[in-house]
Amino acid sequence: MRVSAIILGIWVIMALGGNLGSLEPNRVVLEAIFTPPSATHWLGADELGRPVFDRLLAGARVSLLVAVVSVTLSATIGIAVGLIAGYFGGLTDRLISRLIEVFLAFPGMLLAIAMAAMIGPGLDNVIIALSAMGWVGYARLVRVQVLALRQRDHVLAATALGRTAPAIMRQHLLPLVMAPVWVEASFGLAGAVVAEAGLSFLGLGIQPPDASWGSMIRDGVRYLLVAPHLVLAPGGALFLVVLAANLFGDALRDRLDVTSHSRP
Amino acid sequence: MRTLAEQLTDTLVVLFGVSTLVFLLLVLIPGDPVDVVLGESAQAADRAAMRASLGLDRPLGERWLDFYADLASGDLGTSLIRRQPVADLIMQRLPATLQLAAAAFLIVVLIAIPLGILAARHRGRWPDRLAQTFALFGLSIPNFWLGPLLVLLFSVQLGWTPVSGNLAPGSLILPAITLGLSMAAITTRMMRSSLLEIESQAFLRTARCKGLGEVAVLLRHSLPNAMLPVITVLGMQLGSLLAGAVITEVVFAWPGIGSLLIDAIRQRDYPVVQGVVLCIAFAYVLTNRLADLFAAWLDPRVHEAN
Repeated sequence: MRVSAIILGIWVIMALGGNLGSLEPNRVVLEAIFTPPSATHWLGADELGRPVFDRLLAGARVSLLVAVVSVTLSATIGIAVGLIAGYFGGLTDRLISRLIEVFLAFPGMLLAIAMAAMIGPGLDNVIIALSAMGWVGYARLVRVQVLALRQRDHVLAATALGRTAPAIMRQHLLPLVMAPVWVEASFGLAGAVVAEAGLSFLGLGIQPPDASWGSMIRDGVRYLLVAPHLVLAPGGALFLVVLAANLFGDALRDRLDVTSHSRP
Repeated sequence: MRTLAEQLTDTLVVLFGVSTLVFLLLVLIPGDPVDVVLGESAQAADRAAMRASLGLDRPLGERWLDFYADLASGDLGTSLIRRQPVADLIMQRLPATLQLAAAAFLIVVLIAIPLGILAARHRGRWPDRLAQTFALFGLSIPNFWLGPLLVLLFSVQLGWTPVSGNLAPGSLILPAITLGLSMAAITTRMMRSSLLEIESQAFLRTARCKGLGEVAVLLRHSLPNAMLPVITVLGMQLGSLLAGAVITEVVFAWPGIGSLLIDAIRQRDYPVVQGVVLCIAFAYVLTNRLADLFAAWLDPRVHEAN
């Protein structure tokens, strides 16, 4: 858990610390084209002579922003939907369960790709597409637990005392379902980072000249033979962040002793 | 265990929901799709023709009913750019994607099942740790980075395989590994945990007590039982291979439905986008259901319950 926390910490510092320095991710220096990594150019320069290190930091900011916002949005929507389905049951639950099933019928990033194709690229749209895909996991997780919890004595007591449904959901059910939600969210963070980079790699995410790890890989692949560092640097950063988030999720799951439904 | 008829209705309801969602995606296009496709300076006649071919001159409800009528007869609409039926375009590209998915699936099975067995039999020792590390790395490495890395190593440094395309022999290997690795990782974990879960069961102790060797216990008693959840997971993955193929095909310029989808998105060829998305989602739902049925058919406990 410590290693993964350190890597995630570095990611956050890279993303937020970029404000402090004088970053120039979009400065074109023609003499510097394809400069390999060196003491003056930490990670070298790309096909336009832009500093790869600065672009890596700018990409860290994009990935952190997209991941945190889309996971927060997904979790908020998913928890609310799951609470409503599980608490009210009956027809409400059947309709919501159907909706969840329909969203789960789109494997992997397919729904995000389809949505990004329609609403167009850009930072905001990536967040919308990822949240539209992401809420389902939380909704399913919360619904199943609430179904099991709603006949518990403390919930029945609260109902008998005349507490309203929103108050019961917030005060008596929500706190009990949060442990697996945190685990799901840390795997969700890994998923969102990969999905943002994937959409940008496909040209459906962050648009040039703005940097994203995904679009850096996409541009770098064309020069794989001349300047492999253009692909190795952003891909390595991406891999480490995803690995750390997955490790963190595994450790959290063991510590909170919850069985995750999304991962064996 | 629900009846077959119930499961069939269930599947049809989900497919109905999926196609409705895919149909409604059109509503998300900001502004006027005709402007988006043709540009603001297009001729009035062209705009009217495009409007009619997209069905935008009719109310949404009517288009929705038409969409289902067409879908029922296998008509996925006509490409705006290529002027060909979308179903034909998909059928032209599907064999390449299926070839890639089949190769990736083979890799998943060949890596994950032996590795999962090895890990479970040597729990806590180095083969187990190796398998766990492999699984964690496989889950964490994005396929659009893995692809270029494999090209760099095997095509550029070693010169063993072609860089891209599907014409040269051996060109299937790297895309198949790229597509299959993360699924091999998930399946390895599943195989391992499934074997460990049944390890404490009484029938294994009985088998050992009557003097069966470890290999015989594994083949005759552990594996057949441990495979059931693995088959469900494999079925789920068979369908998601088609979705994963989108990125892999772009990485390797593989001419399947994934690159068809991405080309269509770039050209704003909305009917093709809808058609491919629908095709992948349908395939995913159907393979899932078939895998569930297959696992149920294999499971002796289910037969007894019926």
